[in-house]
Amino acid sequence: MMHPFFPPAVSLRFVPVWRRNLLVWRKLAIPSILGNLADPMIYVLGLGYGLGSILPQVGGVSYVAFLAAGMVCSSTMNSATFEAMYSAFSRMHVQRTWDAITNAPIELDDVVLAELVWAASKSVLSGLAILVVIWALGLSGSALALWVIPLLPLIGLTFGALGLAMTALARSYDFFMYYFTLVITPMIMVSGVFFPAEQLPAAFQAIAGFLPLIHAVALARPLLFGQVPADILLHIGVMLAYAVAGFYAAAILCRRRLLK
Amino acid sequence: MAVLAAQNLRKSYDGQEVIAGVSFGIAPGECFGLLGPNGAGKTTTLRLCLGLTRPDGGSVELMRRPVPGEARPARARVGVVPQMDNLDPDFTVRENLLVYGRYFGLPDRTTRERIPQLLEFAGLAGRADSRIQTLSGGMKRRLTLARALINDPDLIFMDEPTTGLDPQARHLIWERLKQLLAQGKTIVLTTHFMEEAERLCARLAIMDRGRFIAEGSPRELISRHIEPHVAEVHGDGVMEWAEGEAGALASRVEKSGETVFCYTADPGPLLASLSRRPDLRYLHRPADLEDVFLKLTGRELRD
Repeated sequence: MMHPFFPPAVSLRFVPVWRRNLLVWRKLAIPSILGNLADPMIYVLGLGYGLGSILPQVGGVSYVAFLAAGMVCSSTMNSATFEAMYSAFSRMHVQRTWDAITNAPIELDDVVLAELVWAASKSVLSGLAILVVIWALGLSGSALALWVIPLLPLIGLTFGALGLAMTALARSYDFFMYYFTLVITPMIMVSGVFFPAEQLPAAFQAIAGFLPLIHAVALARPLLFGQVPADILLHIGVMLAYAVAGFYAAAILCRRRLLK
Repeated sequence: MAVLAAQNLRKSYDGQEVIAGVSFGIAPGECFGLLGPNGAGKTTTLRLCLGLTRPDGGSVELMRRPVPGEARPARARVGVVPQMDNLDPDFTVRENLLVYGRYFGLPDRTTRERIPQLLEFAGLAGRADSRIQTLSGGMKRRLTLARALINDPDLIFMDEPTTGLDPQARHLIWERLKQLLAQGKTIVLTTHFMEEAERLCARLAIMDRGRFIAEGSPRELISRHIEPHVAEVHGDGVMEWAEGEAGALASRVEKSGETVFCYTADPGPLLASLSRRPDLRYLHRPADLEDVFLKLTGRELRD
């Protein structure tokens, strides 16, 4: 067991815990994949063509393409956040699965890492589902778009880590509503998912720059439309910083909660 | 050579000491019982032994390794049956065991070979593909026991293994624990069923407010702490009888609600007195561990 504030001692022992979650997912894989596909399809088609028909081009592309590129990031974020909060909370608190695991020779840090990697893994599927929709609708024709694929796990790790930190603080599922309402939804609004962030007052743009989602969008959208993004290292750096800080906070808060 | 040794353990939560200097050693092959009312510190003691929480003072050696420092390799030789069932509800019986084996680094082949025996042992043969929701409380407990044995542990911790079970299910668990002891396994058991402790444990400790307040074999504890005979008396005039006559006839008289417990080494005069009182009903029985427990920890409710 680690000291309360020591950095997480991560090891490959997280793998059997990750495989546990995979085995559960496999039982529900088909509805899960259908949900991954149907949800973004509805948004992209509904909002994209509905709003798109009354909008001229946005940022040099059709609105449906603009929106789909933003939604690659927001859907990946939502999926990682949801898995790291609701699903991890039910394993930690409701089913006591984590207790069972830590009675075996696996440390809590390994469990938290497994949940993080799992949340990221699942979110990659959500992101891929939208990429498939984008390609199927012919919204992106550039080979550069393939670089979005390795971006997805980074988005997943970033928001999975932040979600896990929330989970470690949560007393009940209700707590997560605050996080969605007060953090995730406003962040989507200021991060250029539905409309260019430049449309907002400067103050909002300044705040958005400190949040991770806008950096994901700043990488994904140009790549999908065949441009090399600017400030690549900055964008990756901000997301990595959130991922590392979130994971560290999650590990420490979980220790405080469960190893007391 | 002890498989588990705790030295002067201390642990406080929010300034309140819940473990206040606990020391014990457990020899291989022993069944050690930890008894105590709710909140006595039994579960915290187990968590300290497993390295799941850090003591404020003192030390633990589990499987000859310092804990929590080397808790992980120590736990590789240990099985745990927790107080609350935490089987994986999304899995079948077999999947629960298979996945748990992976947590110990066991190859799936090894676990698959062990599963039929373990299910046989747990009285779950033929239920390998059942979903957890379809199992009764007793079956879940037995599966939790089977799961704790997946790594063929030398030492098994059981936190109130029969709480909430019907007598049939409880007896089956007891039989299995005896078999494990016969195989040379060591068991550490917490319980608040005196009967369970008396049946299974060669040695036990009674714990209250974070301390061991008595330790020994069940027989030793009874002879050391309590008079051998008890009469439980009730009836309309019992309080007045207890104030008067009873004091001279029993070495100790305890009142609990409408019942008076009279403890004595020589029951003759007490029973003679009672036989002259048709208004009083009584039960005469040998003193047992529960009497020791109540004497040492008091009769008031603990929550």
